[in-house]
Amino acid sequence: MASEAKRPIGLFRNLAAKIAAIPMILTALVVFLGGTLWTVTYSFTNSKLLPRADFVGFDQYERLWATERWQVSIENLMIYGLCSLVFSFIIGFVLAALMDQKIRFENTFRTIILYPFALSFIVTGLVWQWLLNPDLGIQNVIRSLGFTNFDFNPLYNPDIVIYGVLIAGLWQGTGLVMVLMLAGLRGIDGDIWKAARVDGIPMWKTYLFIVIPMMRPVFITTLVIIASGIVRLYDLIVAQTSGGPGISSEVPAKYVYDYMFQGQNLGQGFAASTMMLLAVAIVIIPWAMLEFGGKKRV
Amino acid sequence: MSDPGILAVTKAGTDPVRAQLDGPSGTRPRRLISRRNIFLYGTLILVSLYYLLPLYVMIVTSLKGMPEIRMGNIFAPPVEITFEPWVKAWSEACTGLNCDGLSRGFWNSVRITVPSVILSIAIASVNGYALANWRFKGADIFFTILIFGAFIPYQVMLYPIVILLREMGLYGTLWGLVLVHSVFGMPILTLLFRNYFTSLPEELFKAARVDGAGFWGIYFQIMLPMSLPIFVVAMILQVTGIWNDFLFGVVYTKPEYYPMTVQLNNIVNSVQGVKEYNVNMAATILTGLVPLVIYFVSGRLFVRGIAAGAVKG
Repeated sequence: MASEAKRPIGLFRNLAAKIAAIPMILTALVVFLGGTLWTVTYSFTNSKLLPRADFVGFDQYERLWATERWQVSIENLMIYGLCSLVFSFIIGFVLAALMDQKIRFENTFRTIILYPFALSFIVTGLVWQWLLNPDLGIQNVIRSLGFTNFDFNPLYNPDIVIYGVLIAGLWQGTGLVMVLMLAGLRGIDGDIWKAARVDGIPMWKTYLFIVIPMMRPVFITTLVIIASGIVRLYDLIVAQTSGGPGISSEVPAKYVYDYMFQGQNLGQGFAASTMMLLAVAIVIIPWAMLEFGGKKRV
Repeated sequence: MSDPGILAVTKAGTDPVRAQLDGPSGTRPRRLISRRNIFLYGTLILVSLYYLLPLYVMIVTSLKGMPEIRMGNIFAPPVEITFEPWVKAWSEACTGLNCDGLSRGFWNSVRITVPSVILSIAIASVNGYALANWRFKGADIFFTILIFGAFIPYQVMLYPIVILLREMGLYGTLWGLVLVHSVFGMPILTLLFRNYFTSLPEELFKAARVDGAGFWGIYFQIMLPMSLPIFVVAMILQVTGIWNDFLFGVVYTKPEYYPMTVQLNNIVNSVQGVKEYNVNMAATILTGLVPLVIYFVSGRLFVRGIAAGAVKG
C-alpha cells in the first residue's frame, strides 16, 4: 500500500501533466499526423466537390504534372526560391558583417532593416505593387527625369513578373536573415579574430575561410527556416499579382487553394499539396538526420 | 628638470626599442572620418534608405489627393495634405461585397487576435511546463511530431481541418479560426516555453514539490510569476503573426468575419471602380500599423521572439 502511494504506476502517474498535454497530443496526432496522412491518402482518389474514397492510383498526379499551370507554378517557385535563398543569404550575411564592426547606432540600423518582417505579406505585396506601377511608380519617376527609354515594368511582363515578386520578398525577408547571421557572428569566439590578425590574414579571407565554415549550423538553421517559408509563398502573390498576368506568376500554394476552394476539384488540390509536402521533406529530412542523428554519435 | 613624470615620458618617447616593446597602449585611436567608416556607414545608410522607401511612399501617397497622384512623382511630398483618403479607407472603401471600409476588418481582426493569443499562450505555456518539469513517457514523441509539424506546408492540412471544424460545428465561425490559430501557434510557442522553463533552476521546482505543491500550484505560484518576459515575447510573436495571417482567415471564416488583411486585399485588388491609390495606401498603412507599433515599441523583445524560433527550430 505504501509503495503504491509513493509511486502510482501506469496511466495515472503524473496525471495532471498528461491532462495538460492533451491539446498538444491532439494537435500532434490528429491535426499534424492525421491531417497529413488523410490528405496524402485522398490524393489518390478522384474527389471533386466532396472527398470520396474512390481510389484511382496516380491519376491525379499524372493530370497535375500535365497541367500547364502547375508547371508554371513549379518553375516560378524554383526561380523565386533559388534567387531568394542566394540573395537573402548574401545580402543578409554582408549586412550582418557590416553590423558586426562595432558600429554606432547598431540598434537603429537593425530596427530599420528588420521592420518589413513585422508586416503582413499582403501589406508588402500591395506596397510593391504600387511602387512598381508602370504609369505612376518608379518607372514613371525615372522616365520623367529624362531617361525616356527607361523600362522597369516587371509586374506586367509575364517573363519577369516573378522577379518583381522577388524584389518584394527580399525586402521583407532579408532582415530576418541578417538578424540570424548576426547572432551567429556574435557567437564566434573573439580570439579567432585576434589569431587571424596576428597571422596577417586579410579581413575578407578570415570571413570566407574561417568564419563562414564555423557558422555552418547557423547557415543550416537559416536555410531550413527560409526554405520552408518559400514553399508556403502565397499571400505575397495574391496581393501583388493575383497570379497574373495570365498564369505567369502562379505558385503551388495558390494552385492548391484555387483547386480546393474555388475549382471544386479536391483531388487535384490534395495531389498538389502532397507534392509541396514532398518538397519540404526533401529539405527537412536530411537536416533532421544531420541534426539529430549527429547528436547520438557524439 | 626634477619632475620625474616628464622625465619618464621623454625617456619612453625617445627610446625606440622600449617604445616598440611596449607598443601603443590603450585603445587604438580612431578617426571619425576614415575610408573604412565612409564605406561602412555609407552602405548602411543607403540600405536603410532603401528599406524605408516603401514606408515613406505609402505615407506620402496616402496624404495626397488623386489629381496630385496622377500628375506627379510618387516620391514627392504632398503639396496639399489631405486626410480624406484615411477617412475613406477606414469607413467607406468598397470590397466586392460591402462598402464599410476597413473598420469592419479591423474589429474582426481584434476579435480574432485577442482570444487566439490568450488561448494559444495558455495552452502552449502549460504544455511547455509539462514538458520541462513533468516529463512523462511518450511526451518526447508527441513533441517531436509537433515540431516537425511546424514545417508541414499549411496547404496539406487545410482540408482535413475544414472537416474537423465542420464536425465540431465551428466551420465559418470566429471560434473556429481562433482554434486554428491556437493549433498552428502551438509548435513554436511550446518550444519557446519549454526551453524557458528548462532554463529555470530546478531547485525551485524541487523545493516547491517538497512543500507539497502540485502541478497547477507550481505553475500558477512559481512558474507564471517568474516568466513574465517570456510571456511578453510570446504575445508579441502571436499578435503580429495572427494579425498578419491571410490564408486561415480566407479559408476558415465567412466574408462577414474576414480579418483586416483579407479585407485590405479585397479593397485594393477589387476590379470594380476607379483605382484610388491614396485610399489604397492609407488602407495598407492602417493594416500594417498594429504590427509596426508593436515592433517599434517592443524592439529587442521582438528580435528575441524570432531568434527563439530560430535557435532550435
